[in-house]
Amino acid sequence: MKKIKRQAVSNKSECVACGVCALECKRQAIQIFKGCYAIVDTSLCVGCGMCEKNCPAGAIEMEVIE
Amino acid sequence: MKQKKKWSDYLWIVSALYLVLGFFNIMFAWIGLLCFFIPLLIAIFGGSKAYCNRYCGRGQLLYLLGKRFKLSKQRNTPRWMKSKWFRYGFLLFFLTMFGTMLYTTYLVFSETRGLRQVVKLFWTFQLPWNFAYHGSTPLWAAQFAFGFYSLMLTSTLLGSITMFLFKPRSWCVYCPMGTMTQCICKVKNSREIKE
Repeated sequence: MKKIKRQAVSNKSECVACGVCALECKRQAIQIFKGCYAIVDTSLCVGCGMCEKNCPAGAIEMEVIE
Repeated sequence: MKQKKKWSDYLWIVSALYLVLGFFNIMFAWIGLLCFFIPLLIAIFGGSKAYCNRYCGRGQLLYLLGKRFKLSKQRNTPRWMKSKWFRYGFLLFFLTMFGTMLYTTYLVFSETRGLRQVVKLFWTFQLPWNFAYHGSTPLWAAQFAFGFYSLMLTSTLLGSITMFLFKPRSWCVYCPMGTMTQCICKVKNSREIKE
């Protein structure tokens, strides 16, 4: 059976760059890129979904990756 | 694993203290200008939203109340509130109100109008606030303090209402300072960003 892996994907046009996601991320996989939007380091993200849950702008979604 | 707390994680205390001090002496309201200038300076010279991300006491306070004290319903922020026209519209409205407040200060400075010892909530409801004014300062400086404190209290209340109804930090979505600094950052870093 194949395992389903999820990762956070940020929507750059909806992100308000408040930094809640970066604050919540226990693996420091999210950074606010130059005060503009959140970027996810896919090599660190384990898909826990904490960022998505706390994002006030709904700008982060968990996506299934291959 | 719990991350070690830094001094900047306690700035919510400053934010809460600011609102409390306004009940004792309105002149403390002037300190609030720091939350106006620091984020702007960081955005203009640093090109980042480090203020929102790490140092914003109000954001921390709303997060604490909403998340730790579970006062937030944790519902999704409505689409219209996240929309660009609402965010920029609210920024424009806020700046207009700030301008009006400066004009009132000028009127008191030029002695066209007397000092009004009131705090105006939501730009509408006037609350008598004479208990927090003890004189001995220029009248215009006191008028500015009353006006600025009104702005700070109103926006904290607005933030608390949306914190309660939606996500804890839903204020950040339409916070005028946040919109303004993000705008500055996007212009300043326009070559490096992609949308």
